[in-house]
Amino acid sequence: MINSHNSKAKIYWKKNIRIVLTLLTIWFFVSFGMGILWVDALDSFRFFGFKFGFWMAQQGSIFCFVILIFVYVYKMNKLDHQYDVDEVKDNFIPDDIYCPDKEPEE
Amino acid sequence: MDVQTLTYIFVSVTFAFYIGIAIWSRAGTTDDFYIAGNGVSPLANGMATAADWMSAASFISMAGIISFVGRDGSVYLMGWTGGYVLLALLLAPYLRKFGKYTVPDFVGDRYYSNVARVVAVVCVLFVSFTYVAGQMRGVGIVFSRFLEVEITTGVLIGMAIVFFYAVLGGMKGITYTQVAQYCVLIFAFLVPAIYISMLMTGKFVPQIGFGSTLADGSNIYLLDKLDQLSTDLGFSAYTEGNKSTIDIFFITAALMVGTAGLPHVIVRFFTVPRVRDARISAGYALFFIALLYTAAPAVASFARVNLINTVENAEYKKTPSWFKNWENTNLIAWVDKNQDGKIQYFPGKPFNGKPEFLDMRGSEGQRKIKNEPTGNTNELYIDRDIMVLANPEIAGLPNWVIALVAAGALAAALSTAAGLLLVISTSVSHDLLKKIFLKNISDRQELFFARLSAALAIVIAGYFGVYPPGFVAQVVAFAFGLAAASFFPVILMGIFSKRMNREGAISGMITGLFFTVSYIVYFKFINPSSNTPENWWFGISPEGIGTLGMLFNFIVSSVVSSITAPPPREIQSLVDDIRIPRGAGASYHHVKS
Repeated sequence: MINSHNSKAKIYWKKNIRIVLTLLTIWFFVSFGMGILWVDALDSFRFFGFKFGFWMAQQGSIFCFVILIFVYVYKMNKLDHQYDVDEVKDNFIPDDIYCPDKEPEE
Repeated sequence: MDVQTLTYIFVSVTFAFYIGIAIWSRAGTTDDFYIAGNGVSPLANGMATAADWMSAASFISMAGIISFVGRDGSVYLMGWTGGYVLLALLLAPYLRKFGKYTVPDFVGDRYYSNVARVVAVVCVLFVSFTYVAGQMRGVGIVFSRFLEVEITTGVLIGMAIVFFYAVLGGMKGITYTQVAQYCVLIFAFLVPAIYISMLMTGKFVPQIGFGSTLADGSNIYLLDKLDQLSTDLGFSAYTEGNKSTIDIFFITAALMVGTAGLPHVIVRFFTVPRVRDARISAGYALFFIALLYTAAPAVASFARVNLINTVENAEYKKTPSWFKNWENTNLIAWVDKNQDGKIQYFPGKPFNGKPEFLDMRGSEGQRKIKNEPTGNTNELYIDRDIMVLANPEIAGLPNWVIALVAAGALAAALSTAAGLLLVISTSVSHDLLKKIFLKNISDRQELFFARLSAALAIVIAGYFGVYPPGFVAQVVAFAFGLAAASFFPVILMGIFSKRMNREGAISGMITGLFFTVSYIVYFKFINPSSNTPENWWFGISPEGIGTLGMLFNFIVSSVVSSITAPPPREIQSLVDDIRIPRGAGASYHHVKS
């Protein structure tokens, strides 16, 4: 029982890491990549009245950041539900869960 | 009505509002005082985080800086928003699950060490005090310009207001005042931005106006016009950068990681009921922040065009009243080098240092200055900080908009100051007293000490606001580098590595901090004349060195922890526990009972 619980937690954690790494790769690509490293190359493209690299550096990357967090929230809530670790049952205190904050009663 | 009367009305109404909220939401327990009893809704927490985060620097200074440096200003735009992605994905949910009050709490428990806790407290105090002094100064400047009171009086009024709602209300009071302050500050930032965007480009949304053609019928894109105006005067093109790519890279990274590691931002995620609320409130927070941050570069470019068009080759006598008003507050100065009575605005400094005004007027009525003029042709000195505050006047907007901007700047400065003061008081009363020195105090006594240390912190911050030590302006920008080099790696490793132990964390934090502080102190204080790209390591400026400090922290902590004993089993199961959302509400009930 404990073992199966543990391996499930391991898979959950692995999937979590994969989501985080994927999103952070995009995060790096839009800011450090498009906004900094390749900004001059991208400036040769026009995007409305902007040079594209300049726009990514000053506005585009920020829009991407906001979207990234909301995608993360959506994906994680789904994953939590799939692995039955979400917080819908949090109104009572489950006995089998280790509680880090348990302090000696005063 | 004139600007001053309107400003008095706006400022008094908003202040009365903040005080009302503080009375309504005052704290009764340490839980309320430290983390608002875990009862804040994610949307409210998002707004409060946005207000907490956007300081006088974001509201007043940032657009002004971008206005003068053009594309290089994107380090602030990306740096101060990108950090929220790190915060949301790597820290906030897990720290919420951990479910205590402060960052030193996490460091102390996870690394089973009071030494680690004390090192963290020292970092918290250092980062927060340098940051809060800048806020009180911002309050003073707004008061002195718009309400024409002494800076000291302005700081005292600001202190009294923050004292009232931070000491009385704690985190609960601060949270709900910050929600109100967010509304005030975003309204105050966007109204003039929309107004100016309509005037210049005919577009209602400033973010779109930024990339549109001018409304004067010329059919030229705003940014192309700006590039042309800049290069005509000998400046570099607005949309091109001057700093080296490696420096931009490192500064942006330091600001991002530092943002994610700032204790007053992290603590906001302890206030929501569940892990999923912590995640979504990071999303809301960044959305609310992005409203201002995507408008700021637009405001910067509008202001730049307006400024050049208004002052370049204008006769001093015919300049609009804002020019003379800001000259009277020492933030604009003009030296008529070629004696033609007209303002020539070119690159380079008109004279060395900040203007030192004499009590005399020149032939055109301008204020005379003591500084020796430089050999170049530029005659104009403009402090970057005035761009946002003066922007409505430069664009000729109605008086109520100008008054609104003053109220918004105050909201931005006060909300950040309050958040920082709370972190300072919690570190002292909870992390130092309750956890280390006075372990037996009751909840009531702890609350008393929390209020006492908040009050003390406000007095010290106010003192720094009135008598700013020369180093404050220098170090505020480095608070980020220090947060990046000290907290971020230990918190991250504390969650994502079970192997990271006490020895690794402490040596990592000390290495990161020591390296970063030494580099900054060397170039800023010991040998400022050598602060040039040729002398920097790998071309990284002191502003960006926190990134390297962070890398050293990661390396040292990994090596040291791999050759010392692994953390005890209960710590490893604590890490297992914080990785899973379920039980966040439960752990909270335990704390409470």
